[in-house]
Amino acid sequence: MRVSADLDLCQGHQNCQAEAPAVFGFDEAADRVVVLDEHPDESLRDAVVKAVAYCPAMALTMEEDQ
Amino acid sequence: MTPIEGSASTGSTTGDGSTLEGIREVSRRFPDSPHGHLEDLRDDPIDLLHRVRDECGDVGRFRLADRDVVLVSGAEANEQFFRAPDSTLDQAAAYPFMTPIFGHGVVFDASPEERRQMLKNQALRGDMMRGHASTIDAEIRRMVAGWGDQGQVDLLDFFAELTIYTTSACLIGKPFREQLDARFADHYHELERGTDALAYVDPYLPGVESFERRDAAREALVALVQEIIEKRVMRGPVAKEERDLLDVLLSIDMGADHITGIFISMMFAGHHTSSGTASWALIELLRHPEVMVEVVAELDELYADGSEVSFQALRSIPRLEAALKETLRLHPPLILLLRVAQEQLELGGHTIPPGTMVGATPRVSNRIAGDFPDPERFDPERYLDPRQEDLANRWTWIPFGAGRHRCVGNAFAMMQLKAIFSVLLRDFEFEPAQPLGSYRDDTSKMVIQLARPATVRYRRRVSTGSATGEES
Repeated sequence: MRVSADLDLCQGHQNCQAEAPAVFGFDEAADRVVVLDEHPDESLRDAVVKAVAYCPAMALTMEEDQ
Repeated sequence: MTPIEGSASTGSTTGDGSTLEGIREVSRRFPDSPHGHLEDLRDDPIDLLHRVRDECGDVGRFRLADRDVVLVSGAEANEQFFRAPDSTLDQAAAYPFMTPIFGHGVVFDASPEERRQMLKNQALRGDMMRGHASTIDAEIRRMVAGWGDQGQVDLLDFFAELTIYTTSACLIGKPFREQLDARFADHYHELERGTDALAYVDPYLPGVESFERRDAAREALVALVQEIIEKRVMRGPVAKEERDLLDVLLSIDMGADHITGIFISMMFAGHHTSSGTASWALIELLRHPEVMVEVVAELDELYADGSEVSFQALRSIPRLEAALKETLRLHPPLILLLRVAQEQLELGGHTIPPGTMVGATPRVSNRIAGDFPDPERFDPERYLDPRQEDLANRWTWIPFGAGRHRCVGNAFAMMQLKAIFSVLLRDFEFEPAQPLGSYRDDTSKMVIQLARPATVRYRRRVSTGSATGEES
């Protein structure tokens, strides 16, 4: 899977960090999410799906690798 | 799409080559009105908004008093609308009906930068949610504490009062909430009723009853806050950890009028929106007993181990969440989101001149058949894997808006709704007290509220061993 974040939409809620801390970090200065791992391991799928679904800004996207 | 700045002048009357002539204007049901489509908007805004898309397509136009409103729908135009920066599309000027409610000197909405700062420092921060969930759980229990084993409630009265307590307790502070009673909710309701679109002609137009009641209600709220302030002054200072926002504002010598305005504005976004959504969610569950059965079974299983609402409301409750999302899609509390163009911009292939009002419509976009098959149908399955029609249509599934101004309280709102239904459906069964088709919204004001009557009957559940010693 491939994970991306739309930095124009991110509002800095930091929910994704709680869901999947290995995949999502936070840039304090910019107040925006940082994608730490664009191609997370399959074992993190559930956590990433939750992070995407519960992002209050709808700023995250997950696509399947093709 | 970014605004086109400093584009070459073509010598047209606007001096920048932009014109609204290429955008079709929707038909009028009140052709004799001197204020364009104002009467269409006041009489049946939902019909007007749908007609714009039906007659004009993704980009259409109507007249509101002396201004043009360009109304967009569909993913492409919506994305351009929602991505436009504040320097291009301004919110405050688009909502003149809010000024008399908040009072002068109170901002309509913070900029995205200020919102970020508020999130960081204040009540909507993710790590504050656990405390809020527990507060909301306690508030719902208080509201139903006076219920017998069976009875009848008015949904508007019940949820409007409940959400006054939850928003004040969570956003302002528990000490302030403890000094409120139903009078505050009643006056607040009058404020919300004072949002007649006539405000686009003049928000202080003489002889308009709802405006007079609005102004009287605001004065009454200021008087209630003044009483609370006097009690605080008598009481004297308290330890820092016992202070709420009112103590903080008093410590910087702010007066009752200004404080009331700030509180009204803080509570506004979370009040009628949550109240209306809770009402419609219950109505839709009553209309779809097969969904109600699934949701109740899900909650029974979730709470079978005696876990706390404050814990579960922050976690995934998929069936209930799907039912809430579908309620929001069909009954978005805000049907029309407005901005005023500060500079020229592009929308759906049209160049919009500065000064034009532009709008997006959750009510219409949420029901676009190409994005939401069988759009009039209440179908919570839309949100389950693999359909996920909310994520798949993030520019047209817009009950919370989208983009930079996407409702900053949406996680709070969803948590609150999950907590409300966790308590209500665990302890009570509901049935309609009037024909299911008769529940409807009153859309005569810009703030939409449930039309009365909207009553349901409740009966305390006995099979779940809920904490009551009474016999049914």
